[in-house]
Amino acid sequence: MQVDDLENAGNPTPLLTARQAGLVACTGCGRVHEQGVERCERCGAHLSSRDTTSLQRVWAWWFAGLIIYFPANLYPMLITNTLGTEYKNTILGGVIELIDHHSYFVAGVVFFASIMIPVGKFIAIAYLAYSVRHRATMSDHGRQVLYEVVEFIGRWSMIDVFVVAILSSLVQFNFVASIHPGIAAISFALSVAFTMLSAQSFDPRMIWDAEEAATE
Amino acid sequence: MTETRLDPSELVACPNCDTLHHMQDVPEGARARCMRCNEILMAPKGGAMTRIVVLAVTALILMIAVVFFPFLDLSASGLEQHSSVLDAIMAFSDGMLLPLTFAVAAFVVVLPAVRLMAIIYAIGPLIFDRPARPHAARAFRLAQTLRPWSMAEIFIVGVAVALVKIAGMATVSLGPAFWALVALVLVTTIKDTFMCKLTIWKTLETQRRS
Repeated sequence: MQVDDLENAGNPTPLLTARQAGLVACTGCGRVHEQGVERCERCGAHLSSRDTTSLQRVWAWWFAGLIIYFPANLYPMLITNTLGTEYKNTILGGVIELIDHHSYFVAGVVFFASIMIPVGKFIAIAYLAYSVRHRATMSDHGRQVLYEVVEFIGRWSMIDVFVVAILSSLVQFNFVASIHPGIAAISFALSVAFTMLSAQSFDPRMIWDAEEAATE
Repeated sequence: MTETRLDPSELVACPNCDTLHHMQDVPEGARARCMRCNEILMAPKGGAMTRIVVLAVTALILMIAVVFFPFLDLSASGLEQHSSVLDAIMAFSDGMLLPLTFAVAAFVVVLPAVRLMAIIYAIGPLIFDRPARPHAARAFRLAQTLRPWSMAEIFIVGVAVALVKIAGMATVSLGPAFWALVALVLVTTIKDTFMCKLTIWKTLETQRRS
């Protein structure tokens, strides 16, 4: 809060939001309209002063992503056949195998993308959605950065799905060695997509509304 | 900002936090940030529109190379296996995993290509000072929506990880499609740095009126 006050100190007029001014802003292109306009005159996007269904959609996608995240980790991601022997690897199993092969850097990348990012994203989105309705311990700027990080980094979890696709197409030597995708690949891809949709449903203006309500 | 009468057409609202700002001319190369949340509102660059279109056309041509040229060659003890991007997409094509084939095809090839075409369609006429084409706004909005779902750069990292995983058991050589994909990712990234949404939207708006 202190930082905010310092920044505003040199600014004689308080910041005004479109909603306070009785206007509606387009989140797509920034164009400002009189209240009651349905579609943006510049870009054609649907206008709403605040997305009232935002939190509902955030939680719906969040739960869908979480439910499907369990089979994604419990079932095999990759099925390897070497001379008649079948190995099944889960996501975590794949990371452990990389460590066994001393590929620590790549193991780190896969661990970060397939385990750290999804878990971190569930926590971050839940915190952001929760903090809109309750007292937040993190500053507005902090939560804004958190939201941007979630939006930016979430899609990178898809790495493991692509790895499975490439390996399965490349390693096809009949019974000598072959790699097939496991059922977890589809659950994991869906989980990533659902959490991306969850993050996209979040209306970041809600982060700043709380501050507005507090100063009034 | 507290005059009694606010003219909406002279204002711009931060898409992140709804704070109103007066529209000002931002010099090329400079960045205008939101006073409250620090979001970049405008970052116009000289000749940006031309560069965006040229780079988008380049990326689209590279995409053709990515799909049709050989991608990776694998050889292990006399056995050889060629793989194209199309093969990687078809990896999930049997049984339960079929939907994933469509998803990978969409993320790696279809959506990036559609996004590039939408950008060329919407911005192309503007660099020749022609009026915007019908539905240009819809096309540019589509390009914005597709941005998080175009995952060519993530696919590249996936290839790198896959190569490390099989490095022990086979020799892999990279085909022209692989390098085309690397170039495509670089070109797309450079193109996106020239993209100033607000400048493009304003130009689209004025070109539609005239």
